[in-house]
Amino acid sequence: MSKFIMTRRGLLRAGAASGVALAAPMHFIRGAYAEDISCNMPKGDTVTFGWSVPLTGPYADEGADELKAFQLAVKHLNGEGDGGMIPTMKPTALKGNGILGKKVAQVHGDSQTKTDAARDNSKRMIERDGAIMISGGSSSAEAIAVQSLCQDMGVIHMSGLTHSNDTTGKDKKRYGFRHFFNAYQSGVALGPVIGEAYGKDRKAYHLTADYTWGWTQEESMKAATEAMGWQTVAAVRTPLGSADFSQYITPVLNSGADVLILNHYGKDMVNSLTQAVQFGLRDKEVNGKKFEIVVPLFSELMAQGAGDAVKGIYGTSNWDWKLDDDATKAFTKSFGQEYGAPPSQAAHTCYVQALLYADACERAGTFFAPAVIKALEGFEFDGLGNGSTLYRAEDHQCMKSCLVVQGKENPKDKYDLMEIVKVIPREATTYDPAIFGGELGPSDAKQC
Amino acid sequence: MDAILLQILNGLDKGGAYALIALGLTLVFGTLGVVNFAHGALFMLGAFCAVTFNKLLNLESVVIDPTQKTAWGTPLEVRTPYIEAWLGDFGKYLHDYSVPASILLAIPVMLIIGIVMERGLIRYFYKRPHADQILVTFGLAIVIQEIIKHFFGANPIPQPAPMAFGGTAYVGEFLGMGQTLAYPWWRIIYFLFSLGIIGAVFAFLQFTTYGMVVRAGMRDRETVGLLGIDIERRFTVVFGLAAVVAGVAGVMYTPILPPDYHMGMEFLVLSFVVVVVGGMGSLGGAVAAGFLLGILQSFASMNEVKAIIPGIDQIIIYLVAVVILLTLPRGLMGRKGVMED
Repeated sequence: MSKFIMTRRGLLRAGAASGVALAAPMHFIRGAYAEDISCNMPKGDTVTFGWSVPLTGPYADEGADELKAFQLAVKHLNGEGDGGMIPTMKPTALKGNGILGKKVAQVHGDSQTKTDAARDNSKRMIERDGAIMISGGSSSAEAIAVQSLCQDMGVIHMSGLTHSNDTTGKDKKRYGFRHFFNAYQSGVALGPVIGEAYGKDRKAYHLTADYTWGWTQEESMKAATEAMGWQTVAAVRTPLGSADFSQYITPVLNSGADVLILNHYGKDMVNSLTQAVQFGLRDKEVNGKKFEIVVPLFSELMAQGAGDAVKGIYGTSNWDWKLDDDATKAFTKSFGQEYGAPPSQAAHTCYVQALLYADACERAGTFFAPAVIKALEGFEFDGLGNGSTLYRAEDHQCMKSCLVVQGKENPKDKYDLMEIVKVIPREATTYDPAIFGGELGPSDAKQC
Repeated sequence: MDAILLQILNGLDKGGAYALIALGLTLVFGTLGVVNFAHGALFMLGAFCAVTFNKLLNLESVVIDPTQKTAWGTPLEVRTPYIEAWLGDFGKYLHDYSVPASILLAIPVMLIIGIVMERGLIRYFYKRPHADQILVTFGLAIVIQEIIKHFFGANPIPQPAPMAFGGTAYVGEFLGMGQTLAYPWWRIIYFLFSLGIIGAVFAFLQFTTYGMVVRAGMRDRETVGLLGIDIERRFTVVFGLAAVVAGVAGVMYTPILPPDYHMGMEFLVLSFVVVVVGGMGSLGGAVAAGFLLGILQSFASMNEVKAIIPGIDQIIIYLVAVVILLTLPRGLMGRKGVMED
């Protein structure tokens, strides 16, 4: 009869062997396990996108157009309609049958042009609706707040309309990506054009929306104009959402300035520009020169709101529906047929962001966030309306061309209010990502 | 000199709006003894009378023109407002002048709203404490706001001034100062309009028998009642009149401030400060304080002033209110015994 005797050494050996045997499979499946816990990986036959857009507040017009663009993008991704810019995008892995075989579903919320509401929306869409990607915005404050939330929750944020240098500068995030251009690029593009038009000896007065976008827009315009010899007389901050700018405009009249730079957007810009014109600024002569107004960030929607006041005003745009390339024509046709009006630059950037995210998932072959981030970083593409474009890996900012535009003197209709003065090439707007500082942070998958 | 005149002008149009709202508030308080926190909502409702009128004028017929195409390839839709199709040039004229023309809509609408509000709700709170009145009228203001938000959305809806008054008035030329002093025409119109309305209200109270009875009722309600006069009915009409004053003030302010559902609340808070500074129950005080605070706020927004005290433009009105209340507890022209029980 044999006898089983367990010695102390034997027990230790057996324990170690059992530990190794039990742990070994974990080594081979660790990737799969990590993929399983990336936030909101789709389990059924749909994948959900979340749009947090301002449907009320000073940027409501832009928000409404953004939502239309997102809805159109979802339609095209799911193979409905004429496909918009999917056929023009190069290279593309999109097939027009959803993403990785799953149909795209969508949810949205009104961010009210407020950061807290935007964060609440996004959190709700991630936690309750299972959104795997969040997009939208219209205010840089919203974009920065939401991309920070997305970084914490491990959900990719594809910013919509956000123009502050901080979004992909000091506040950049690994989970945040921006297609839209920024205030620095506006300054670089606009400076030489207004220098040539108005001369090198000018005195500028800035009225600036008092939040991150306004501050960086003002800083960029000051840098661009002072570099060519202009003086800055004053820079006054105005609360976002102000309707009556009279108390800010009256001091301009006797300040000695001969140029007013309105670092305002959306309804703020419509109101401040209209009121500046009503106060007779554009009819004035100061320092022996005609008084001029500049609006560094301009859009067709704002031009519609401001009416005749925009005639002759210089500004910059990320994109315009009147560009002559095939992608722009395809998108304008799709959008126009769907909604009866051409798309704004806000709509364009949102549509493009939705396609770029979907394409990155297809190329990565997974919805696993860290893999999708890798697919977007350094991605070079064309055929989405801005020519050859790079999603720069260092700061997640797209490097591409942008436009200098001017309010048209004799528009054909209410959609023909802006003239493209110059297309500023990608080489001219490319800058060193280190100048704005910031850290992207980790791309670790998160459980939400 | 230009800068000072400009700030005075800027203060006058804002002051005009403060004075008109404060006048209505004081009228209601002086007659009915009610602290009406829904008064700002009446200003907002007036503004939305202008919006509604403009929307009615903008109803248009749509004709598809197959010979013309849009940039996105669909046939062009030619839109013509019915009013212009039916009335020709007069229709265009009416369209252009839709804001001042909407006063004709606002007067009966606001009168009815005022009377319904007073008969339907406010009268049940005459003998209740002021705190109850504040709560119920504040609640009413929120209800009105939400109704407007439901039907018109939350975004401001710009209303254009008539083209003839949409530009710049070169005030300096009238004063022999050349073109250096310029001010928007519509803001000057608004100031003159507010003076006209204030004058009309004072004339009504001063020179008509109806007004005399109301003034007597404000002094001694019981004695007027003992003379066989139905003072309650007169006060109801006064409430309606206050609503009309707030409403037309709102109508004419729409080209200056695009109306949204919340605009009344923003003006209400400032107008209450105006009433307190002017003196509770004093109509003259309300008007004087309205213009005074409007002008002070305008001067506080000058860069030279803000360089000395940053942010003073945001707090000046409240600062003045604190100083006035510390030195003149009844306000500038307050009557003894009002809200002192």
